Amino acid sequence: MEQLLHILPQSLLDGLTLGFVYAMVALGYTMIYGVMELINFAHSEVFMVGAFAGTEMLLFLQSRGYLSAMPAPVALIVALLAGILMSGTLGMLIERIAYRPIRYAPRLVPFISAIGVSFFLQDAVRLIEGLWKNAFYLTAPTLFTSVITITPELRVPAKSLIVILAALVMMLALNIFVTRSKWGKAIRAVAQDKETASLMSINVNSVIALTFFVGGGMGGAAGTLFATQYSLIDPYIGFILGIKAFTAAVLGGIGSIPGAMVGGLLLGILESTGIVILGFATHGAIGIEYKDVLAFVILIIILIFKPGGILGEEVREKA
Amino acid sequence: MTARKERLFPASGMPASQILAWVFILGAGALFYLLPDSAIAFILFLASFLVLYKTPAAPLIKLPVAAVWLCVIMPLVGLQNSYYLGVVTQAGIYVALAVGLNIVVGFAGLLDMGYVAFYASGAYIYSIFATTQAANFIHAPWAHFPISGMWFWPFLFFGMLIAALFGILLGFPVLRLRGDYLAIVTLGFGEIIRIVLNNLDKPINITNGPQGLTPIQAPALFGHILNQPIDYYFIVLVAILLIIIVARRLEVSRIGRAWAAMREDELAARSMGVPLVKMKLMAFAIGASFAGAMGVIFAAKQTFVDPSSFTFMESIGILAMIILGGMGSVAGAVVGAVSVTVLQLQILKQLSDYLGQLSAEGILSIPSQIDPAKYERMIFGLILILMCIYRSQGILPAKRRLASWWEQIRVRGTKKEAEEGVDAARS
Repeated sequence: MEQLLHILPQSLLDGLTLGFVYAMVALGYTMIYGVMELINFAHSEVFMVGAFAGTEMLLFLQSRGYLSAMPAPVALIVALLAGILMSGTLGMLIERIAYRPIRYAPRLVPFISAIGVSFFLQDAVRLIEGLWKNAFYLTAPTLFTSVITITPELRVPAKSLIVILAALVMMLALNIFVTRSKWGKAIRAVAQDKETASLMSINVNSVIALTFFVGGGMGGAAGTLFATQYSLIDPYIGFILGIKAFTAAVLGGIGSIPGAMVGGLLLGILESTGIVILGFATHGAIGIEYKDVLAFVILIIILIFKPGGILGEEVREKA
Repeated sequence: MTARKERLFPASGMPASQILAWVFILGAGALFYLLPDSAIAFILFLASFLVLYKTPAAPLIKLPVAAVWLCVIMPLVGLQNSYYLGVVTQAGIYVALAVGLNIVVGFAGLLDMGYVAFYASGAYIYSIFATTQAANFIHAPWAHFPISGMWFWPFLFFGMLIAALFGILLGFPVLRLRGDYLAIVTLGFGEIIRIVLNNLDKPINITNGPQGLTPIQAPALFGHILNQPIDYYFIVLVAILLIIIVARRLEVSRIGRAWAAMREDELAARSMGVPLVKMKLMAFAIGASFAGAMGVIFAAKQTFVDPSSFTFMESIGILAMIILGGMGSVAGAVVGAVSVTVLQLQILKQLSDYLGQLSAEGILSIPSQIDPAKYERMIFGLILILMCIYRSQGILPAKRRLASWWEQIRVRGTKKEAEEGVDAARS
């Protein structure tokens, strides 16, 4: 028990950092679900591409010697911009190519198409990176090295704080964009009722494209932050993280932007502390290797007992 | 169409297209028999089944030809070229899985993305008892592990039973969910099963974790041990036959009609007295039980199982097969499974070898990263996207589906396609 209390703060911090990444990716799922009623299965790959774009930008800066010359926050912002632009554009492209032609098809058709896009992108990135760098995984340069020691057990790396800070800023900006700006209003209108929105002279196609750009951009930023936090990335990082971010979106209530943020943080913390506690409770029989199982079990439990999530409305089958 | 042509040419008896088809079928069979090492002959041989299926002729003529092709020519060639026999056997396992998944996804309209979990449970239930593994946790004087090969046959049923149980276990809590949510949950279930198999080597060693289980006892029949590739070819062949017969009978049965009604419109189906929960559970259980039986056969054939054979990739691969072939169509599932497997094991591999050879000879300098055989995700992804956008009914669409939602509510050519569909269904 004593030992558990020593470990918990550290795992809480890890969970919080991861939770912010989940929250940012969950935002993409929830926004796109809001306007299209589609689980954008390819969003996990948009996240992965963002991680690659951000890392490639950092590596480019490093190879030209700019990285050591510029302050670390500036480098991070440049990398984030690269990740956002790349992922946002990719999100729009995916929508244009793989979803728009079948927007009014039965629900499962675009969903299966999304699975196809996801698989295609994993290997496409692997191919491109393989041809370019002759290896399909990348190691991101470390930007922030200092570690703040609070107690011997709780050491807070500056990079985790930066992830949390950057995520907070971006989520706040997104929230202001969606609730205050004209475009944000259009997004909310389309999410509520496409037909009526188009009667109010809102161009539904551009609003959907914009949503994919913004959602994808958040995913790309999350990818870049993920790369700076965990360094090693490969084309397959998106899959499990994407499923968990989706779980977070459902946990918070799909379609709700604050819900995605709350859900992401909650899932990150539940997952990392839950597995530590479970490990202690079962004397190590259920260890860290069951972390993903825990997330899936949480997803199944919410969907059965409260499919609307914490901040969402009831999800019902439309007759 | 064909009926009218026959009336136009009464003297010749058979229209030219049909003569050509028969020339192709017989020619492909003969060619493959004569050139057992040729990849083109192999693919033509497989294509001849599709032509045979499409040729309008009495089943009394078609079935014997198919039987000779499958039971005489293929085994004879297989004795000389066991590689093709292996490809066909593997394709056969996928055919059975695709037909099974087709029951869940195609007939009942429930998108199951964790189908491979049922396959895994069948494979592991046999593997645990057919290796010394079970001795780790069963200490009884009467128990000797591995069990004898005769037990393979009862285990086919145990595999089905266990998988069906898992199907019901998964189905019960999640069946209230809407289509895409159901898909994500089944995906999660598939991953849970895989992770558990991967880690159940402690505290009690049940699955031997990532090392997997080997050597798995070969099946035996009346004292004869079945451990040759040809034996598994015939076991798989019989299994496919049974599964296809069951699937086709189910499709036109009361249950099949209830599934179709449920798939088209749940609310209407329920109003007409279709017991939704029972029907959904039945679809899950029947689909899962096929996978369980195939898992047992797979384990016996490989003599080795480990969790890496049962990843999400496999589930998506099987899904790609039925999307390619046509959802809800048994023939489509067969065609999809065979073409995807052959594409993976034969065409891509040959292309890889060819490219490798070219760069070894210095004709082309191709980086080792471009190895088509390694890009199966890309292939599956492309199949899914292109089929969804351009031909969501698949290569061989299901007849009943032609007039159904899958076609009606399409973006382009809605009315025209629906009318064509009705015409096709009438003729």
